[in-house]
Amino acid sequence: MHKPSFLRDKLLPISTVVALLIAIWYIAAVFLNAPFERDTAARAGTEIAFSDLVGNTMAQERPVLPAPHQVVAEIWDTTVNRAITSKRSLVYHAWITLSATLLGFGIGAALGVLLAVGIVHNRAMDRSLMPWVIASQTIPILAIAPMIIVVLNAIGIAGLLPKALISTYLSFFPVVVGMVKGLRSPETIQLDLMHTYNASAAQTFWKLRWPSSMPYLFTSLKVAVAISLVGAIVGELPTGAVAGLGARLLAGSYYGQTVQIWAALFMAAALAAVLVMIVGFAHSAVLKRMGAKP
Amino acid sequence: MNLAALAGAILFWLVAWAFNEWLVRQHFTNRTLGNAARFAVPLLFGVTILVLWEGIVRGFGIPSVLLPAPSMIWARLINSVPTLAADFRQTFLKSVLTGYALGCGLGFVVAILIDRSPFLQKGLLPLGNFVSALPVIGVAPIMVMWFGFDWQSKVAVVVIMTFFPMLVNTVSGLATASHMERDLMRTYAASWWQTLVKLRLPAAWPFIFNALKINSTLALIGAIVAEFFGTPIVGMGFRISTEVGRMNVDMVWAEIAVAAVAGSAFYGVVALIERAVTFWHPSIRSGRA
Repeated sequence: MHKPSFLRDKLLPISTVVALLIAIWYIAAVFLNAPFERDTAARAGTEIAFSDLVGNTMAQERPVLPAPHQVVAEIWDTTVNRAITSKRSLVYHAWITLSATLLGFGIGAALGVLLAVGIVHNRAMDRSLMPWVIASQTIPILAIAPMIIVVLNAIGIAGLLPKALISTYLSFFPVVVGMVKGLRSPETIQLDLMHTYNASAAQTFWKLRWPSSMPYLFTSLKVAVAISLVGAIVGELPTGAVAGLGARLLAGSYYGQTVQIWAALFMAAALAAVLVMIVGFAHSAVLKRMGAKP
Repeated sequence: MNLAALAGAILFWLVAWAFNEWLVRQHFTNRTLGNAARFAVPLLFGVTILVLWEGIVRGFGIPSVLLPAPSMIWARLINSVPTLAADFRQTFLKSVLTGYALGCGLGFVVAILIDRSPFLQKGLLPLGNFVSALPVIGVAPIMVMWFGFDWQSKVAVVVIMTFFPMLVNTVSGLATASHMERDLMRTYAASWWQTLVKLRLPAAWPFIFNALKINSTLALIGAIVAEFFGTPIVGMGFRISTEVGRMNVDMVWAEIAVAAVAGSAFYGVVALIERAVTFWHPSIRSGRA
């Protein structure tokens, strides 16, 4: 067995695959954008040389598939070159989406933990609630999202909360499932030991069940935070493209601004990556504080 | 305000709750009776929610534009079966099933192809995990632009959404067979192909079915949301977004009911196949006892 090395086992393979993907992307951009250039040339009554064709496909105003550097330039332009409060700044839109995501994630995680505690301690709740918790996720909430937003708007709740509620609905599920598993993870021996100490249910919960559920909690929180971002983005679609990354996507698709769509998409991806990473750091910090070996 | 309806619903809720508490404390010696009780508890809970819903809507006189009563939704559902069936055909049978089969099949094939190259695996797995966490649904407008308004663009979205969970799960599933078992196959002089079919694929089935179950709900969501970005005048996502605009909220709920039943049934079918294929797995064996 080799000693694991960061360069050989992580950096090299991943960067190779990424480089390959970028190369494929460039080639695809040339092929997908070429018909438009040929049409333009034919209308102008000229032939277009291959080298010009390739050059032009990289710099179209509204390409079918923008080249990577165009997307990067758009992201740079809309984040660094604009004031953060401006409506054309991607940072402004990302912040709106992020605030809804975090609010929904917070409520969802709290709700999920509470439900899990109830399910673990009450047999009737376990039997009657658990199947419905699972069934609730087969309902495509993302499909209902527009209606929830419109209805809540009608009764006067607008702004952050409706979007956050959709994130809540999506994010409570992984937390419930993970926490129920986690709170039940102490072995019978350990529970018996608590019994011989004459520990109350609350003491057993705080000193045994809660600490041993931590790894499960953070694993599900990672899933939950990613999915609540999806919820917030979809929640922004029906509000008439006012603000947020979802609104950017919708506006881009209405006006054929493909570069803008891709920029919003990459911003969302970066946001998701950062959120998952933060939860990951919290995970390792808590485990270290609890004395777990790395 | 209709107090009688509200009081009736709350009374029903309390009685059902007490009955459920009583039911879970019983120990049935008769096996069929025990099974029936296990089914009855969640069923009663579901019925209670519907009754409470109906009671609250009638009791407080909530306008049907905000929240229609279940009875009203049911009436609407019965009245508009042809429309719902057409939407179901367009969204579920064309977009979801095609995309699901293509996406899962592609993920599976790619996982097998990169199985022989540890280098590619190390490169693709972290990326696959990363992409699974991304809001993939955002590619919907791009796909609609590329493949047009009809069901082909929805298929493309579903393929992208289902591909990565399948890839990641299959690759980690193929790695589960232990060294002992692989060494045994080596002593039999089994080829890579034989080892794959007789040892590693069967060991990977639980992981693959996990991906199939995740994907069954993802596929439906992907297809419906993709329809918000442009569609011909049929389809579940189209119906939801237009009927919301026309304030026909009961029709929207009827469509949601269809989607929920279709999604649950899809998930249930996959779970049933899983039970039949991975009958040896501990989580299923213990389920039978």
